[in-house]
Amino acid sequence: MQDVLSVVTSLVAGSIRVSIPIAFAALGGTLSERSGIINMGLEGTMLIGAFFGAVGAYYTGSAWLGLLTAMFAGALCGLLHGILTIRFKCEHVLAGVGINVLASGLTVVLLQMIWQTKGKSAEVASFSNITVPGINQVPFLKDILGQVSPLLILLALSVLGVWFLLYRTVFGLRARVIGENPEAAGSMGINVYRTQYICVILCGVLAAIGGAYMSIGDIHMFSRDMVSGRGFIALAVVIFGGWHPVGAWLGSLLFGLAQSLQYRLQTGSIPPQLIQMLPYVATLIVLVFARGGKRRAPAAEGRHYYAKGEQ
Amino acid sequence: MYAVEMHGITKQFKNVLANSNVDLMVRQGEIHSLLGENGAGKSTLMNILYGMYAPTDGSIQVFGKPVEIENPLKAIGLGIAMVHQHFMLIEPLTVAENVVLGYEPKKKGCFDFKKAVAQVEALSKQYGLAVDPRERVENLSVGTKQRVEILKALYRQAEILILDEPTAVLTPQEVTDLFRVLRGLKESGKTIIIITHKLKETLELADTVTILRKGEVVTSLPTASVDEAKLAELMVGRIVAFETEKKEVAGEHKVVMALRGATVVKDRRNVLDNVSLEIRSGEILGIAGVEGNGQTELIDVLCGLEKLHGGAILLDGEQLRSKSVTPRAMLEAGVGHIPEDRGKRGYVGSFTIAENIVLGYHRNKAFSKAGLINLKARDEFANKVSQQYDVRMDSIRDTVGSLSGGNQQKVIIGRVFAQDPKVIIAAQPTRGVDIGAIEYIHAELIKMRDAGKAILLISADLEELTKLSDNIAVLYAGRIVDKRKANEYDERTLGALMTGHAAGGEEASKEREAQ
Repeated sequence: MQDVLSVVTSLVAGSIRVSIPIAFAALGGTLSERSGIINMGLEGTMLIGAFFGAVGAYYTGSAWLGLLTAMFAGALCGLLHGILTIRFKCEHVLAGVGINVLASGLTVVLLQMIWQTKGKSAEVASFSNITVPGINQVPFLKDILGQVSPLLILLALSVLGVWFLLYRTVFGLRARVIGENPEAAGSMGINVYRTQYICVILCGVLAAIGGAYMSIGDIHMFSRDMVSGRGFIALAVVIFGGWHPVGAWLGSLLFGLAQSLQYRLQTGSIPPQLIQMLPYVATLIVLVFARGGKRRAPAAEGRHYYAKGEQ
Repeated sequence: MYAVEMHGITKQFKNVLANSNVDLMVRQGEIHSLLGENGAGKSTLMNILYGMYAPTDGSIQVFGKPVEIENPLKAIGLGIAMVHQHFMLIEPLTVAENVVLGYEPKKKGCFDFKKAVAQVEALSKQYGLAVDPRERVENLSVGTKQRVEILKALYRQAEILILDEPTAVLTPQEVTDLFRVLRGLKESGKTIIIITHKLKETLELADTVTILRKGEVVTSLPTASVDEAKLAELMVGRIVAFETEKKEVAGEHKVVMALRGATVVKDRRNVLDNVSLEIRSGEILGIAGVEGNGQTELIDVLCGLEKLHGGAILLDGEQLRSKSVTPRAMLEAGVGHIPEDRGKRGYVGSFTIAENIVLGYHRNKAFSKAGLINLKARDEFANKVSQQYDVRMDSIRDTVGSLSGGNQQKVIIGRVFAQDPKVIIAAQPTRGVDIGAIEYIHAELIKMRDAGKAILLISADLEELTKLSDNIAVLYAGRIVDKRKANEYDERTLGALMTGHAAGGEEASKEREAQ
């Protein structure tokens, strides 16, 4: 009995841990898509976040400053995506793919320049878990949430923050309107482009935090292509979560569970390659079934808006 | 005192002169109709007033002051608001959120939803526009959505209200309601400009009418001094025949196509519910109904685009096996289809006229052999048909997308009629088409009827329906609720039946009195 319980707690704890980077990216994706911009570049933005998180931590010796570096780099990714899609009316998906390719190449080149290697960075400063007072006394729960990464707390705050921004502020109302019908927003005198830029930049910041968690939250180094598809899973989670911040978090937990199950099952007799497919298969299955949901995508998602006089 | 004075407005688009030296004078507190056919430049002129377009030349004065209106925001600031033909509403949001958008009430930096609701409620009471501010826009009827648009304008303290084709999508009852609201607004001192091509509406509602033709003002006069025929002549530039000659077709009218208890289920709802009807040769059967009451499904069933869940289709007295009812089979069996949304199902805009005119019939031996299209035969056919059906074009190589609505429709009608169909399913055949083309299309439909074709006419335009049809069936909530000879109906009764009121229109009239 004790054994089963410990397996369950470690599975849950593992799911939460694994879900953190996906949740940050999905949260960003939700914000961006609600304002009408599809950010296919989540994967690349996460990679950039992971890399610059490590770089910042390496040079400053502080994980927090590493995180700030990652956030700044993520904001630039978001800005780039914004310039491509909003200013130059590039296809959203293509712009995102461009960012992914750029990130994949850039991180390898810089890895070589900074650490003279093609594989892994040197060891860098990383976040250590903090003890949550109160919870660390509760049996069972203490094994799951007694010791948590500060980034998990940041995630909870971010979920709340994005929800508040979207549903309680004038800015959020306008962003949601733009995602549905930018022409209507424009005719009401709302600055469509500014709102979209802010959303897509915030999206970049959030995705980069997710990436940074992988390099300086979970372990303490960057390794090449370490994001390995989590950004794409996050895109699926955005849909699965019904374009809602809380939904995005819950969706990420589900994928966290799939991933963490995968780690557990790899010890069994089933070929590991099959087991490793689990999170991706889960993505496909969820995407098929998420279609039937009540929530629908923002109507103007992925469409270009032309302000007056622009053609 | 004039609310709006536009002087010498000219608007040149790339290769179209949309407005040429247009003068428009709108008195404060009047309802002013801007009348003209499609493409006459009405919307362009109003978009200039609303700051959506910059004029190439000309000046504007609002309440006596010269102004430059660079954008809609500036127009709103001057007290000008516009209700577009395609509503600018955000479907998943509530009425209150939609109304206050851009000028949201705030509390401590947050959006104050409660206050928005209270403000909208007060406003809707003040002007007699019953709307629930908490309802989501996607759940509202078209007429109510329009009220939300008007509320939006009033919330922005508009003094001058522009409405673009406001009755195009409304039922007769909704039109009555709208007119009541507009008269009320006029009484409270607002100035209203309606863009329209409907003569009756202009005469009934407006104080003054300005008529545009081909981008120029024909004249501006008080509506009390003109009648319908005169207005039509001014608008089109020639005398218009209002009455279409229609005599009973002699001989036996046999049933060509029929439905027996046809039922279609969507989302566990019977969108077509036990519908039986007979389309007879030499007759036009009209279908009246508010959009979304099963017309689309009816069309789709008859054209093989939708499967029946119950009931049967009969063609020449024989019941069709449900497996054999496909779009292609129906086409080949001689069921011609003029789709309700021509842009969606009628043509491919980027294809040429020649290509579009054989689309769907491209497998005919005349046009293709062994999978190869006979270009020469096709082009000859296209030339012949577009001449016969009076398609105004430079060449059959023009894309259909570059034609006017009326000419696009003529391409489709030519395509269907030239194949000598047994049955014609004509859905909204004159939607978005100007008066000249309407006249022509009506005459062609009558011609086909007189030639013994069986025609089903689905139209939102009750005048068209009563004028062309021999019999009319009323579709409401997927059922045929009434069916009579066309000349036994007037628009009132039809309107009442279409909205689910009893045959005599008793309930409807009671409801009107109660208001």
